[in-house]
Amino acid sequence: MSKDIRIKKGLNINLVGAAEQTISKAVTSNVYALNLDDFHGITPKMLIKQGEEIKAGEPLFYNKNNEEMHFVSPVSGELVEIVRGARRRILTLKILADKEQDYVINKVPDLDTADGDAIKSYLLQCGGWPFIKQRPYDVIADPSATPKAIFVSGYATAPLSANPDFVLQDKEQEIQAAVLALSKMTPGKIHVTVGKSNRSPFNNIKGIELHKISGPHPAGLVGTQINRIDPVNKGEVVWTLSPQDMVMLGELLLTGKFNAERIVALAGSAVKQPKYYKTKIGAEISTFLYASGVNEDRFRLINGDVLTGSKTNTEGYLGFYNNTVTAIPEGDDYEFFGWNKPVFNKISSTRALTFSWLQPNKKYDLDTNTNGEHRAFVVTGRYEEVFPLDIYPLQLLKACMVKDLDEMEQLGLYEVAPEDFSLTEFICISKQPHQQIIREGLDLLQKELG
Amino acid sequence: MKEKLHQLKLKYQGKKMAPAFNALHTFLYMPNETTHSGAHVRAADDLKRTMNTVIMALVPCLLFGMFNAGYQHYSAINGFPESFSLFDHFLTWDNFWVGVTTVLPLVIVSYGVGLAIEFLFAVIKGHEVEEGYLVTGMLVPLIIPVDTPLWMLAIAVAFGVVIGKEVFGGTGMNILNPALTIRAFLFFAYPTWMSGDKVWVHEGVERAGTADAISGETVLGSLAQGSDYAYSLSDMFYGFIPGSVGETSTLLILLGALFLIFTKIASWRIMVSAVVGALVMGLIFNGIVDAGWLPEYSKFYTLMSFPYWQHLLVGGLAFGIVFMATDPVTGSQTNKGKWYYGFFIGFLSVMIRVFNPGYPEGVFLAILLMNVFAPTIDHYVVKGNIKKRLKRFKTATIYPKSSDEVDTLKTETA
Repeated sequence: MSKDIRIKKGLNINLVGAAEQTISKAVTSNVYALNLDDFHGITPKMLIKQGEEIKAGEPLFYNKNNEEMHFVSPVSGELVEIVRGARRRILTLKILADKEQDYVINKVPDLDTADGDAIKSYLLQCGGWPFIKQRPYDVIADPSATPKAIFVSGYATAPLSANPDFVLQDKEQEIQAAVLALSKMTPGKIHVTVGKSNRSPFNNIKGIELHKISGPHPAGLVGTQINRIDPVNKGEVVWTLSPQDMVMLGELLLTGKFNAERIVALAGSAVKQPKYYKTKIGAEISTFLYASGVNEDRFRLINGDVLTGSKTNTEGYLGFYNNTVTAIPEGDDYEFFGWNKPVFNKISSTRALTFSWLQPNKKYDLDTNTNGEHRAFVVTGRYEEVFPLDIYPLQLLKACMVKDLDEMEQLGLYEVAPEDFSLTEFICISKQPHQQIIREGLDLLQKELG
Repeated sequence: MKEKLHQLKLKYQGKKMAPAFNALHTFLYMPNETTHSGAHVRAADDLKRTMNTVIMALVPCLLFGMFNAGYQHYSAINGFPESFSLFDHFLTWDNFWVGVTTVLPLVIVSYGVGLAIEFLFAVIKGHEVEEGYLVTGMLVPLIIPVDTPLWMLAIAVAFGVVIGKEVFGGTGMNILNPALTIRAFLFFAYPTWMSGDKVWVHEGVERAGTADAISGETVLGSLAQGSDYAYSLSDMFYGFIPGSVGETSTLLILLGALFLIFTKIASWRIMVSAVVGALVMGLIFNGIVDAGWLPEYSKFYTLMSFPYWQHLLVGGLAFGIVFMATDPVTGSQTNKGKWYYGFFIGFLSVMIRVFNPGYPEGVFLAILLMNVFAPTIDHYVVKGNIKKRLKRFKTATIYPKSSDEVDTLKTETA
């Protein structure tokens, strides 16, 4: 049965350079890398040493706080470099891939008879667990907690992000396996939200609660959907997964093989031919970036979409959770009287001599300029227009800034992830780093109470 | 030029004077800053653009005030023209010249002193010069009598900027509206210069006691004394009446309000609810008079019987509602709170206006009072959201290791 959700508050950011719906196979990458920043809050303990050989799907390291939680290698090859940062913190693990890939084949549990614990330990052991994230705190799920529900967003509204209906084609079998396995780990429901008009494979999946959503961004963010369907209360835990990660889980459960392959949208106005590529987690971005070509000298390469992605460069690697890579022009140039002349080529949520309200469907070519300097919070009532959650965004941000734990709790920090504040950050007149503020607030709350 | 300024910026980087230089630099060029964390693209608006939009809405009021300064001056000397014509009697060079010599110095002093202090604090504290004063500096000359001595204005601006804003941490941190703090300082420090029938007309004070004495009483002043006033409703609406520099023309204020609402810079909620509040209070007063509860010899009689909706046309009520009550920093910050905040501003303005024995105007006091109460209003609005969350928590589905933990958690929170 499906239930309709309508989101009214929000803002669609239409950008030039959406990926054309054709899939090319990316050139095979020589080196693959796992960026440890992708696993927020995980302290890695290495299981193999530099220079040792590893198979695809074999554990590279485990979580210091939970020895059972393994993180596996996406490819087989030699661990050639452990890049360390300040205080010897591990930043990146680089693996030189073999020509012939060699996979670990795990012994799969019988999905029909296995219980939740058996599936849990299988996923922890075989590297499937990190795909499951939890709220509160927006971190990799704590295996000891039982979620009250699991949420999956099968609808993407973030600018230039990969179209889930397109990348999930012919993956129904894997998704069904993942749903079956997940349903054993929660007594609650698995809520899946898809767009109103869609050809989503979720339409034929059994064992889920299907919701249809319509409206502008952030309708596609799972946080918006959780808030509408079944908000997180203090003490409660929900899990979230991206549909493409579900496919990987499904394959891991069906075949016992950790297949790091995924379809990635390469998009953005700095890309000559934006389209989809088939590649693997951790692959060098240059292996498909230059196949499409770039038409800017100086551009920003982003692992993810322009609102929530992380900055990388042409020597960077595809992130663990990303299915979108975006390239947009850098905006490090001055603009003469940029603060008072009429603006036609940028998006704005006001009409203060900005004219994006005239053409809501026009596609814009935005660069990375902040369009102004960082200031204290001044204007009010603007965030609420693009923030559909039943939360006071400005008040929550301020509570996080002053580290008021009680207020953070009371105002609903448990329910949100940094990405929920990406749109308020985009329109912020004071150019405050909202996502960073929320991230730091979540970390503090987890440290003090979690 | 772009390159040269960039080199200079790099040279000044980290130096003490950097904020001062950057303020001038960013005035000319929007900076080359790119996003570091979070969203990689940002919307086009910044604080400068926001403030600039408010200033654009104020410019018509300022220009009108300059002409009106001359118009009131010459009308006080020669008498009001019998058949008024906008171009023959109002928009004349003579009138404008009076405005240039009286109003423009107010603007220059207000900006000069205020910005100097802003720059000073920015350099001392090492933060960027913030744009808040751009609007304050424009508001101040518009809410004071035309002949306010410049030294008084300078002292008041210094007081308002330092005590009203900088001690709290600058733009965005202040509790009271700085422009109104300046106005209140002038009002309490130099009351004789802020009220009476001499101050509203250029040279009124200078000529007092001489054979050429001229005067012009505001509509509210006349009402408070129970005397008649010679202005028609259309005079009040268009603004051809004595009063503070920029507050007289309800028409232009209305246009400014529509502009600010259309550009989404100012809150329409505050404006609408403040108008409603003023009308309600006016209706109550009219009702008291109509019911015959108030004897005609009462000193409040004329003000209370003043038709309720005309309160919006006289004095600074309209100006205050549109440009001062909507200050986002000192006003209520929640959308629901804005309704209460605005309503009480309108309601209290008319109340103070009628009951204030010394000075028949109450907008700035009402707004300052509500500035103080705005956080309280927000507190209760936000509390509603918190209560909703707590209610939801009672039916929470928690799966921890033991049921004891759930109980402790629930009692802790409840």
